[in-house]
Amino acid sequence: MSEKKTNRRDFLFTATYAVGAVGVGATIWPMIDQMNPDASVKALASTEVDVSEVNPGKTITVLWRGKPVFIRRRTQEEIAEAKSVKLEDLKDPQKDEDRAKDPEWLVMLGVCTHLGCVPLDQKGDYNGWFCPCHGSHYDTSGRIRKGPAPTNMEIPKYEFVNSNTIKIG
Amino acid sequence: MSDQEYTPKSRVGKWFNDRLPLLTLANHLTDYPTPKNLNYWWTFGGILTFCLITQIVTGLVLAMHYIAHADMAFDSVEHIMRDVNYGWLIRYIHANGASMFFLAVYIHIFRSLFYGSYKAPREVIWIIGIIIYLLMMAAAFMGYVLPWGQMSFWGATVITNLFSAIPLVGEGIVTWLWGGYSVDNPTLTRFFTLHYLIPFLILGLVVLHIWALHVPGNNNPVGIDIKKPSKDTVPFHPYIVIKDGFALLMFMIVFAFFVFYTPNILGHADNYIEADPLVTPAHIVPEWYLLPFYAILRSVPDKLLGVVAMLSAIFILAALPWLDTSKIRSAVFRPLYRQFYWILVADVLILGYVGAMPAEGLYLLIARVATAYYFLHFLVILPVLGYKEKTLPIPLSITEPVLGGSPSLAPAKMKERSKHK
Amino acid sequence: MKNFFRILIILTIVIGSQTNTNAAEKVEYLKTDWSFKGLFGKFDRGALQRGYQVYTEVCSSCHSMKYLSYRNLAEKGGPEFTEAQAKAIAASFEVIDGPNADGEMFTRPGKLSDKFVMPYENVKAAQAANGGAYPPDMSVLVKARGGGVDYIYSLLQGYEDPPAGIVLDEGVYYNKYMYGNKIKMANQLSNGLVEYADGTNSTVEQMSKDVTTFLMWAAEPHLESRHQMGFKAILYLIILTILVYFSMKRIWSRIETEV
Repeated sequence: MSEKKTNRRDFLFTATYAVGAVGVGATIWPMIDQMNPDASVKALASTEVDVSEVNPGKTITVLWRGKPVFIRRRTQEEIAEAKSVKLEDLKDPQKDEDRAKDPEWLVMLGVCTHLGCVPLDQKGDYNGWFCPCHGSHYDTSGRIRKGPAPTNMEIPKYEFVNSNTIKIG
Repeated sequence: MSDQEYTPKSRVGKWFNDRLPLLTLANHLTDYPTPKNLNYWWTFGGILTFCLITQIVTGLVLAMHYIAHADMAFDSVEHIMRDVNYGWLIRYIHANGASMFFLAVYIHIFRSLFYGSYKAPREVIWIIGIIIYLLMMAAAFMGYVLPWGQMSFWGATVITNLFSAIPLVGEGIVTWLWGGYSVDNPTLTRFFTLHYLIPFLILGLVVLHIWALHVPGNNNPVGIDIKKPSKDTVPFHPYIVIKDGFALLMFMIVFAFFVFYTPNILGHADNYIEADPLVTPAHIVPEWYLLPFYAILRSVPDKLLGVVAMLSAIFILAALPWLDTSKIRSAVFRPLYRQFYWILVADVLILGYVGAMPAEGLYLLIARVATAYYFLHFLVILPVLGYKEKTLPIPLSITEPVLGGSPSLAPAKMKERSKHK
Repeated sequence: MKNFFRILIILTIVIGSQTNTNAAEKVEYLKTDWSFKGLFGKFDRGALQRGYQVYTEVCSSCHSMKYLSYRNLAEKGGPEFTEAQAKAIAASFEVIDGPNADGEMFTRPGKLSDKFVMPYENVKAAQAANGGAYPPDMSVLVKARGGGVDYIYSLLQGYEDPPAGIVLDEGVYYNKYMYGNKIKMANQLSNGLVEYADGTNSTVEQMSKDVTTFLMWAAEPHLESRHQMGFKAILYLIILTILVYFSMKRIWSRIETEV
């Protein structure tokens, strides 16, 4: 068998394998992607909440993307407490101003960053939240102060549509 | 066969293989000596394996989104079609895949009939195949019920009512099948469960089917026993693998055309109307692949006997290895059988056609004649033919020249050559 | 290779017999050019948008489209209204939501994620308002009728005076293309009924075509991507088949037998 012939045969087989592999990949993708959120789930990504009834010191919990969102109207003491904390004392340093656009309103995902439980309101060593699953303590700004959770509770994308309505997502 | 002598080269391979001889199995499958004159009709075994796997994978995915509840099934199918990422593609592959599966299985069965692949020593392969075919029909029927459209509902009603033909206990059995007094939510959920289960039973039987095949080895177009391995055989890999792959790709082109361009042509429009227990569609027709049996059912004017005739039409196939008395396997060397074979093919196609037509007038007459002929073929023609037919002399091997040099053989051999071109 | 042509022939017979059975009981439908037919078929955006207008202004007073959402109107491959337009369309409908904190249902303007508002609360209400006949949901109507788009298109233009000898009950109309010729829906379309936003002349024929196109999209919202993907998939398969064919020839050339 001449050298040339061998090369050509190798090329033919390599090309066949390569083209075949592309096809297998292209076929597998839809089977994987079907498990991603579908169009109807994505369409529900934002929700509007009426907060006109929420007085200072009160928290409401709403469902957004299947998870609880805490909307707390904080008292002046809580705001002062949150602002007074030194950044060095924090495990996940973040200023209160960066977490609450309007200091009176704290909007955050009510999910412990440790393993996803829902923390309890007005509990724990820092007057904020306390996660009963593995004992994480959060302060009045929802920042992690003590316990196994690695980061502060997440702030979702939200905006005030008007003074009574918050749009989350 | 070289199975017994096989030892893996690497030490790890040997260690593992001594404990679980998977490598011996893999070696057996790749080296498996296959007759080298297999034509393209033999590629449908591989195609069928592909169909089964496609149905299982797409079905698994659909089950992640489908809701088996009478109030939500139809909605969930529309949800799959509209919102789920690539849901429409997956569902159309699954729905058309069923038709493709049956298309392939019919070709596979009729190949077997032509070349006498069911005859000794391959009876067990054949009977396992018939069981697989029966399970396929059950799976297809229950799958068609799941979208909970009008055809689903009324198809389920009609087919389950077949059991009411059984004397004494019939009504009780139907109520038991339904889990109520009509086809309803309990029926849907149990059909879903069984529809999910059956493909895995089929998969197990396919393993047995192939195992049983690998004991005597493949039949071949000439239908003679061959020595293995010999000049008449090639190793399964790469020769048969690439040939099966080529045929599979041709099949997939046809498949893709259905999925992407005429995805609903094999279905029925009424199944896009949600099930309504108060209104029966004007024409109840099963899917195309069940039409011949449907025609047989309707051609008998008695309820019980109709069901018996339909079931016999399937079960008679299991007795085929003993009904066909001919010593010669391949129809290539059976000039008379060859003609009866094509008449049978035409007969089944005619049955399929009249099965789709209203059961009245000329259609009913044709259905009755065709049904009678179907049974005549298996019960009378085949047994008698084995004794009466003057067969052509068969060659000694695939490669060796034919014994005796009979002039009538040359065309037969030529024909075989041209077949696998 | 010859065998494959045989397979194709058998296939054609099998499918041919299927379509024949469907064709056996049909009348000749009116024909028109559908932009979405064929290998590269796409919807005519203008027709979809006009069709939506016809649906909203005429059909939607009786026919629901429960599987469609307002967001679909802005999705690719559909009428492709802009997101702002689709939002405005959604907001023009009153949607029942709830229960609120007091446990009561309330109405609010529609959002993109809302399903099309239904004309009746349930099937019974729809039947009661329409003399016992349920105006079918139109989400998948095109696929639920044997003749598909041609049937719907013809039916909308098929109203005639009944031939002599046919007596129609109260609330029943004669339609050339309806199965059994008796239909409980009165003729809805008349020239100039809808004032098209894009200035197209709204003849009965034009409106029938537009609304049928819209219904086809409603039933097959992914038709365009299906056609595009199908072309690529089949082209790919043909290329791979050719490669495998030559690989097979090469492999089998190692032994004297031909494939």
